[in-house]
Amino acid sequence: MELVDRLLSGDRRAAAQLVTLMEDGGPIARKAIAELYPHTGHAHVVGVTGSPGTGKSTLVYELAKQFRSRGKTVGIIAVDPTSPFSGGALLGDRIRMQQLSTDEGTFIRSMASRGQLGGLARATGDAIKVLDAFGRDTIMVETVGAGQSEVEIARAAHTVIVVDAPGLGDDIQAIKAGLFEIADIFVVNKADRDGAERTFLTLQMMLDMGQGSGLPDWRPPIIKTIALQGEGAALVAEAVEEHLAYLKESGDLHIRSRRLAKEELRRILGQELFNRLLVEIRAEQWELLTKEIADRELDPYTAADSLLATFFQRIAGDEVSGGRAES
Amino acid sequence: MPERKIRVLIAKPGLDGHDRGAKVVARILRDAGMEVIYAGLRQTPEMIVAAALQEDVDVIGLSILSGAHMTLFPKIMELAKEKGVGDVVFLAGGIIPDDDVPPLNDMGIEGIFGPGTSAEEIVEFVKRRVERG
Repeated sequence: MELVDRLLSGDRRAAAQLVTLMEDGGPIARKAIAELYPHTGHAHVVGVTGSPGTGKSTLVYELAKQFRSRGKTVGIIAVDPTSPFSGGALLGDRIRMQQLSTDEGTFIRSMASRGQLGGLARATGDAIKVLDAFGRDTIMVETVGAGQSEVEIARAAHTVIVVDAPGLGDDIQAIKAGLFEIADIFVVNKADRDGAERTFLTLQMMLDMGQGSGLPDWRPPIIKTIALQGEGAALVAEAVEEHLAYLKESGDLHIRSRRLAKEELRRILGQELFNRLLVEIRAEQWELLTKEIADRELDPYTAADSLLATFFQRIAGDEVSGGRAES
Repeated sequence: MPERKIRVLIAKPGLDGHDRGAKVVARILRDAGMEVIYAGLRQTPEMIVAAALQEDVDVIGLSILSGAHMTLFPKIMELAKEKGVGDVVFLAGGIIPDDDVPPLNDMGIEGIFGPGTSAEEIVEFVKRRVERG
């Protein structure tokens, strides 16, 4: 595919167009993935997540400058929410990344979540592959402002940075559940504000109590930053590099990669099966069953069973007759 | 399922600090279902074109109130062509005197929307132009 050839030769426009292709999906996107996939697997994928307003974008920008100054090329995918009402999105993360806009070694892409829950967009994983094949050393993925359950980033990144800031409810209310457990590195941003020390100590206490990512020899560091002034960004960049070194030495990188691959495969398989099911089941049957469920004549589980039964019968029928004409 | 969203970059070239109009237009287009990348204030032509390229946008919307449009717009258009993104649809807003409209149109900036333009007019223009390709 010409677009993939251009990507591999370092054409920025091709990278941008391929990300769009991944967002739109469809057979051409798959063909592109098949072609570029052998060229992926080299980038260090770093997720940056945390509640809205903690300073994720500013931190990503400062980290990008750090990695650039260490001679690395950088890709940034910044995800913002799509409006569930209009389907539109206002993507404003670039505002905080101005100076890197024209840097040849940095590629910044804003991405709308398009209805996907969990903090990422459906196409984020594929966009990571594009930038990986494009040869970016470090790819940072900034999630939608996350609450307590947006932990999808843990299924996409090697290293997860959870950003917290003082003044977001009592102690670390905002990240107490899921986010806390996926953090490889904690950042307490806006460290010049009142309450920063308290946020820091609470995080430390929770780690002391044995909560956290569960890696045997890795205790997530807690780093104070004032991202707006770039303060502390170097320490975070170092921690990111140390975490990668740890993953390599401990063999956990291998385990993580396998786990990510397995989860991705399951997700794709689930989607594909569902799509196939939608093709095989006639609209009238859907209508009939939904009506019966709504009228309380049938429960939804029995209805699902009957749809699945129809689906498998049709597929078996296809096999007997030697496959469908169009495939 | 393939779905195509219209992607728009809204940027303010030049040095004036008034971005209210740009933000209003950004919201209008978002509410019409488009994905709007807001690049913010004081953008150089290089920054605008680099952002348009990386974001693979269909439309670049420029807002300017400083009066420097006859200098900055041609630079942006030229650079866009040079970088291979000359095929995007340009629209402009802010304070642009009537006399400047024809030369800007000739340059390829078709949609020029001053104060008082209705939301429908802008959305209609963008949809029509992007679909025409």
